Parts: sequence; structure tokens; C-alpha cells
Amino acid sequence: MSNLLNILLESWGPLGAGIGAGLAAVGAGIGVGLIGGKAAEGIARQPEALNAIRGTAIIFAAFVEGVALFAAVIALLAMGS
Amino acid sequence: MDRINLKNRILTAVFWVFLGAFSAFAQHSDPNPHSEPTPTEETGEHKEHSKEGKFDVMHHIADDYSFPLAGDYYVWLPLIIFEPGKGFDVFLSKELHNPDPTTGLIRGKYYYNHGKLFIVEGGHLQLDDKGHPIGKHSAKLTDIGSSHVFYDISITKNTFGLLLSVVLLLVIFISVARAYKKRGTDTAPRGLQNAMESIILFVKNDIAIPFIGEKKYAKFLPYLLTIFFFIWINNLLGLIPIFPGGANVSGNIAFTFVLATLSLLLVFIFGKKHFWGHILWYPGVNVPLKIFLAVLELVSVVSKPFALMIRLFANITAGHILIMSIIGMTFMVKSLIGGVSIGIVTSLFSALMFVLELLVGAIQAYIFTLLTAQMIGAAVEEGHEEHKEHAAAH
Repeated sequence: MSNLLNILLESWGPLGAGIGAGLAAVGAGIGVGLIGGKAAEGIARQPEALNAIRGTAIIFAAFVEGVALFAAVIALLAMGS
Repeated sequence: MDRINLKNRILTAVFWVFLGAFSAFAQHSDPNPHSEPTPTEETGEHKEHSKEGKFDVMHHIADDYSFPLAGDYYVWLPLIIFEPGKGFDVFLSKELHNPDPTTGLIRGKYYYNHGKLFIVEGGHLQLDDKGHPIGKHSAKLTDIGSSHVFYDISITKNTFGLLLSVVLLLVIFISVARAYKKRGTDTAPRGLQNAMESIILFVKNDIAIPFIGEKKYAKFLPYLLTIFFFIWINNLLGLIPIFPGGANVSGNIAFTFVLATLSLLLVFIFGKKHFWGHILWYPGVNVPLKIFLAVLELVSVVSKPFALMIRLFANITAGHILIMSIIGMTFMVKSLIGGVSIGIVTSLFSALMFVLELLVGAIQAYIFTLLTAQMIGAAVEEGHEEHKEHAAAH
């Protein structure tokens, strides 16, 4: 317990990094979930558009993931400082 | 059917042997050959140990002068140091690991610490008040013209990985091109040519034509194919954990920076009047708004390749860190549960991560190429033609 307290008092960097990376993961989870849900809906409605929807969904998922990874990189930087 | 069954069995056997070997390795070997003896529970040494562990992961994704194989075995790569006024100095990175025991220096003037190389003056090591050695350091972009630098153009891990990927691409595509020359484009493709043809056609039909347009895609297709295969092969080589691969090339920000800059240059060079008109002097609005929009649009032109750069770098780096962390978990938890059981768990997890990274490597190459095609497509679009096309469609 005193160990944890020591780490917290000595530097806030790891704490901020952890919270930041966690929030980014929450955001990315919501984003990718929405994309996946809507893509599944679209495919159920129009099965013939499967390929177009899949391609678009992958691209948008990569966008969302990219933003989450920006946050991960910043979290890494915060942890190092 | 029998053949497939046999193949499956052999593969499964190899997998379990690998698992067992890895678990045994986890039980017996020390994760960090440089670390001090077992840390005690005292706070100071414990912290030291956790710091070393973190450093180790970052160390494996960073660039280095030699390839670690296992334990104390390395593949040595040449260092090429250019010191202004004194000329080139070429030596093997093996010497970095055997510094002079009394002075701590290599070849009488180099000092090597935590992946950084320094040249110290006067033949003995002096530290300044920040703990950096006094002398020359490797030149950065901001140091050009300074006299306290040397230029480090060594064949490092990343340089080696880059050269290897170039050689592989040349071998693959020259043989494919020869196959087309020999057999012509009318006969069915065979072997390597067959494998490559489907991917090349995918880049052409699903990336270049939809985003750049039927008329203009041909000029940009070679560039799109080049970056696609270059990024992909570097992603794949980065996933090979042992010597020829294992350099984290596409997870290096300099690599992605150069690729994104090339894409931006294409936009600058081939951008049409229509494109620049809509950026610098937006038609149909009043002058203050025109100026505001010009600033906004210029930022957006530069921010797109910036996002490309960060996306590729962060994806690949995050993947490597994840795999390293899962493998590193073996060494952290082994004293609690026992090396073999945690070794099996982490091996399975890291195998899954490797499969995921194979997918991510291909998707990131696809995304980078696609967004580049989109940028180029927006830049070369001609306003009037589009109106005509629309009119024809109606």
C-alpha cells in the first residue's frame, strides 16, 4: 500500500497515462461498436451490399482506432516523462 | 485427405514443441542479461527492477546497433561514423559491447550508453551536470552546422531491415515481371505471379480507380503499388521475431514520416487549379471568410498526411509493445505461478496477438494506400469535367 502511495506521490505521469489510455479505449470501443452495429444492420437490410459495407466499415474502424492510438502514443510519452 | 491430416498433425506437433520450449526457456532464463541479481523486496531495488523491465520493451522496439539473437549472442552490424574534419570511421558493433575496462571507452574515444553513442574529448569520460558525457553527440536535424556533432550513418537494425525489404521486393517483382515478359499477359498466371497478380489487381481496381478515376489513375498506380507492398512487407518482416526480420521498421516515426511526406509532395506537385482554388480562394463567399477558409483548408491539407504518419507508426508500435508486454508478463508472474503454466498461457496469447498483427499489418498498408489515393484523387480532380459527367448521368 505504501508502495502504491509512494509511486503516486513521486510522479503523476503513469496515473495520467493509465487514465488517458483507458478513456481512449472507451471512446474507441464506443466508436467501433457503433460502426460494427450499423454495418451489421446495413448488411441485414441489403445483403448484396456486403462487400461495399465491409470495406467501408474496415476503413472507418481504422480511423477510430487511429485516434485511440494517438492517445496511446501520448500516454506512452506521459509515462516516460 | 490423408495428406492434409498428416500436415495438420505435424503443424500441431511443431506448435506444442515450440510451446514447451518457450515455457522451459521462460523458467530457466533471466529476462534481462544486464540486470542485477534477484531484486529484494526493498523499495529502492524493486523500483530499479521495474524500470529495467519497462526499458526492455522500449529497447526492443527501438533502433539498435546490433541484432540480439538469444542471451549473449548477437548479429553484429557495421557502424559508420563521420566526424567532420577527421573523416569516416567504420567498425563492427561488437566493439560496443567490449569497452575498455579502465576508461569505459570504445576505440579510445566512443562512449556508448543506453543505445546512444557519444564521442568524448581528451580520452577520458567526463559528465556534465545533467549526466551527459561532455563531447560530441550524434547530429539531429537542429544541429546542422554545429561543430559538436558527428554524423552517424551506421547500418543499424532498422537500416538493415529496410535494405532487406528492398531486396525482397526487387527479387519478387523482377521475377513476376519476367514471368509476364516470358508468358505474355494473355496466358494464365502461375505461382508467384498468380499470387501477386490478384493483389496488384486489388490495388488497381479497389483503390486506384475508385478514388483517382478511370482517366488519371495510371500515372499514380506505380506509386500506390510501391507504398502498398513496401509497407506491407515491412510490417510482415517486423513480425518475424528472429534475426533477418524483427527490426521495427514501419513502427519507426522517421519511416512513416518519409512516406507521408512523399504523399504530400504528390498532392503539391499534381494538385490542379480546381483543387488549389478551393483551398486558397474559396469561390462564392466573402473575403474575410475566404481568408479564414484558406487557413483552415491549408491546415487540413497538411494534417491528412500527418494523421497517416501517426496512424501507421502508432498501430505497428502498439502491436509490438502488446506482444512484448504479453511475453514480458511471463517473467513478471513466473515466480507466483510457475514458469511452465504461465509460459503456456502467454505463448497462446502472444500467438493470438501475432495473428491479429498479421491482419493489422495488411489493413494498415491498405489504409495508407487508400488514403493516399483519396488525397491524390481530390488534388487531381477537374471541376468542369465532373459537372459534365453529372450532366451526362442525368
